Amino acid sequence: MSPPLLGVEEGGGNTSTVATSPSIDGDCLGLKERNYLGLSDCSSVDSSAVSSLSDENKSNLNLKATELTLGLPGSQSHEREPKLCLLNSGKLDEKPLFPLLPLKDGICSSSVQKNIASGNKRGFSDTIDGFSELKSSKYTEGNWMFHATGPSSETAQCGGQGKFPGNAGMKAMLPSRTSGAQSTMPKEALPKPAPEGPHALNGAGASQTRASNNAPAAKAQVVGWPPIRSFRKNTLATTSKDNDEVDGKPGPGALYVKVSMDGAPYLRKVDLRNYSTYQELSSSLEKMFSGFTIGQCGSNGTPGREMLNESKLRDFLHGSEYVLTYEDKDGDWMLVGDVPWEMFIDSCKRLKIMKGADAIGLVNK
Amino acid sequence: MNYFPDEVIEHVFDFVTSNKDRNTISLVCKSWYRIEKFSRQRVFIGNCYAISPERLIGRFPGVKSLTLKGKPHFADFNLVPHDWGGFVYPWIEALARSRVNLEELRMKRMVVTDDALELISRAFVNFKTLVLVSCEGFTTDGLAAIAANCRFLRELDLQENEVEDHRGQWLNCFPESCTSLVSLNFACLKGDINLAALERLVARSPNLKSLKLSRAVPLDTLQKILVRAPQLVDLGVGSFVHDPESETYSKLLTAIEKCKSMRSLSGFLEVAAYCLPAIYPICSSLTSLNLSYAPGIPGSELTKLIRQCRKLQRLWILDCIGDKGLGVVASSCKDLQELRVFPSDPYGVGNAAVTEEGLVAISKGCPKLNSLLYFCQQMTNAALQTVAQNCPNFIRFRLCILDPTKPDSSTDQPLDEGFGAIVQSCKGLRRLSLSGLLTDQVFSFIGKFAEQLEMLSIAFAGNSDKGMLYVLTGCKKIRKLEIRDCPFGNIALLTDVGKYETMRSLWMSSCDVTLGGCKTLAKKMPRLNVEIINENEEMEECIDDRQKVEKMYLYRTLVGPRKDAPEHVWTL
Repeated sequence: MSPPLLGVEEGGGNTSTVATSPSIDGDCLGLKERNYLGLSDCSSVDSSAVSSLSDENKSNLNLKATELTLGLPGSQSHEREPKLCLLNSGKLDEKPLFPLLPLKDGICSSSVQKNIASGNKRGFSDTIDGFSELKSSKYTEGNWMFHATGPSSETAQCGGQGKFPGNAGMKAMLPSRTSGAQSTMPKEALPKPAPEGPHALNGAGASQTRASNNAPAAKAQVVGWPPIRSFRKNTLATTSKDNDEVDGKPGPGALYVKVSMDGAPYLRKVDLRNYSTYQELSSSLEKMFSGFTIGQCGSNGTPGREMLNESKLRDFLHGSEYVLTYEDKDGDWMLVGDVPWEMFIDSCKRLKIMKGADAIGLVNK
Repeated sequence: MNYFPDEVIEHVFDFVTSNKDRNTISLVCKSWYRIEKFSRQRVFIGNCYAISPERLIGRFPGVKSLTLKGKPHFADFNLVPHDWGGFVYPWIEALARSRVNLEELRMKRMVVTDDALELISRAFVNFKTLVLVSCEGFTTDGLAAIAANCRFLRELDLQENEVEDHRGQWLNCFPESCTSLVSLNFACLKGDINLAALERLVARSPNLKSLKLSRAVPLDTLQKILVRAPQLVDLGVGSFVHDPESETYSKLLTAIEKCKSMRSLSGFLEVAAYCLPAIYPICSSLTSLNLSYAPGIPGSELTKLIRQCRKLQRLWILDCIGDKGLGVVASSCKDLQELRVFPSDPYGVGNAAVTEEGLVAISKGCPKLNSLLYFCQQMTNAALQTVAQNCPNFIRFRLCILDPTKPDSSTDQPLDEGFGAIVQSCKGLRRLSLSGLLTDQVFSFIGKFAEQLEMLSIAFAGNSDKGMLYVLTGCKKIRKLEIRDCPFGNIALLTDVGKYETMRSLWMSSCDVTLGGCKTLAKKMPRLNVEIINENEEMEECIDDRQKVEKMYLYRTLVGPRKDAPEHVWTL
């Protein structure tokens, strides 16, 4: 149980992998959509990968999610990390963590395939794909179901296509299998609405309408759409990425920050928007990490580390054993609780539960 | 007039500033042609491949101010390969060789290398103005050369360029003797800035009117800069995050209050909403506000701010302002002429999006509106008809429904009637971008009513060749037509081939035109460059005339096929 996890986490800077591993449902949804769209490629590898995925249980999809974050090429994994947590705020505590290694290779190929098939210039669209797919996927269960059924109908149509007239998106499918053509997958996902051409277009159009009603993610696949200057798109993506950890986006955006605890083999993420006072935050963290430390007591055999127990943990923020600190926008470590909650949310980039000894400087100020 | 000496005639011509008029003057007689030719100073070249630098220099040897545009517009959306072209170096080289006394250079969508910038800085002694929009290919080293060598530099304006940021200190390269700066915009730079050098530069630039900072410039530097330059008219804020209780913040408040000339604000590339009240004092005199790059400001804060900007004429904003926020804009900004609403989340369906309601509200409250770029979730024909009625003055109307083939959200009908109303009502319409579910009908409206239309952008629209034909036959003044993912084929392309010589360019991608059709066109019209952009390696083996062309870009030219096209761009 623990070794693979530890291996992942300590694999350097990939702490977010750990954070995303509990996010099963989100990943399922996001991945589902991604592979669905990749399917319209008609590449056999993709379709077989997806059909195998749809048959398999959640754990495999989850693996795929964590697998992606293990540093596959392209910006997908990187961009998606904060988003994967969107769906998990309630679930963080309950989900057990899955082993990562099995099935990695099987799934690797299809996602790598997708990465390769998209050229460099497409990397950004793919980033946004992951971005949006996860965002939209959180909206309804039904959404997910559509896409589960989507692939099969699309594949059937694709299979019969050949040189399909009238739809450049479809046309581009054939070349995209083998080359780094730019205008490939994204366009296919969004066939033209023009009533030209046979069944496939109607079917695709129908599924696209469905998609547009329920999952705007479909439209994310079109190259060059919406027509926003790439400079603006790139800048927006960068600032949104930062904002995920610092400022929330206006509206329903979540404010996920990493929470680390001294002695913990992995980190957690919390959505600061779920709380409105420091008390709520601290009790939630208490619950989150108490569960963990009980586990740690059993399995952590590292010598020299203090064994935590429940009572010590209860003194979490109240006692001097542990102190809650946060890193602000300037990179300084501050004691939680000094500034108004709103300002705290605005400037908090990550949280750290420090051991009393380390936090002496902050506590005694 | 011929009994006046040339100098007198030239002096008279000086009062004729429009190039169109000057072109007409040139046609009167040979001596007027000659006088005008040598006195023409401003030249605009909308397509750098339509003419060569040598011919430009031959025609207008006295050119001082040159504007060059390179890649087609759709390059902004990653539809054109990076190495397609638009290299400015040959132009600079030719101008330098001929000892043209170039003072101003403005470029859009061109590939500008550090070598080109270096050459500019060394070859043109009186060089004053450099404006780069959506360009790429250069680094801060090139900027350092400009800073160091252009002794009379007045304007360095970098808008939305992809600049590779080296660790060099380009701001330091402005010599102490450089005091002529009027406009400096480096907002698009991503790297660190030498803040002390920036402060010193501002301090010795008494004529500085426009300053746009990058994200790396923090609030405390901004405060110091504003103290030095209260005469600023146009300010682009970099980072705007600070503790509102601090001394720095209160110093900023004082500094801002002294900026009585401030008319235009932009940037806020990093911003905390609780710092925004600092700019309230200048809101009432603002005529232009661009918050489209300011992430994460909640709609409520935006409206609080905009409510105070009663003189606003131009507003660029993110759609997180929402329909309600646009209602506030409509009630507060009665002088509004230009509005751009960008999507804060281009691929998601957030609550933050705007719909037709916001647009209708704006049209009701801002009758002077003449330029619009609006990204929205949905639109209805009724709304467009209302907008057309309320705002007949549109010159630019660009509507982008994020779902590109979405019908009228209340009737499920195509949006033909809505756009038809727009073109019918707005007789001065020069630029139009369509989106949503559209049939050939909308093009029949456009062909019939859009008499002044110069640029049209179409995506995922139409049913047949008739659509495109309506436009080509009806729009007499059309100059740029760009089409993607529409069912227009060879018939539409080839029906009136002479039309393309009256236009600057035509772009068609993912349409139904075939290689054979393009070849036919190229053969018939030798003064057009018909380029096929084909990034697909497979196509090279099986080149079949019946095969559809992925991307075609054609443009009129006086100098034949270009020699700098990359491998996958074929000129037929």
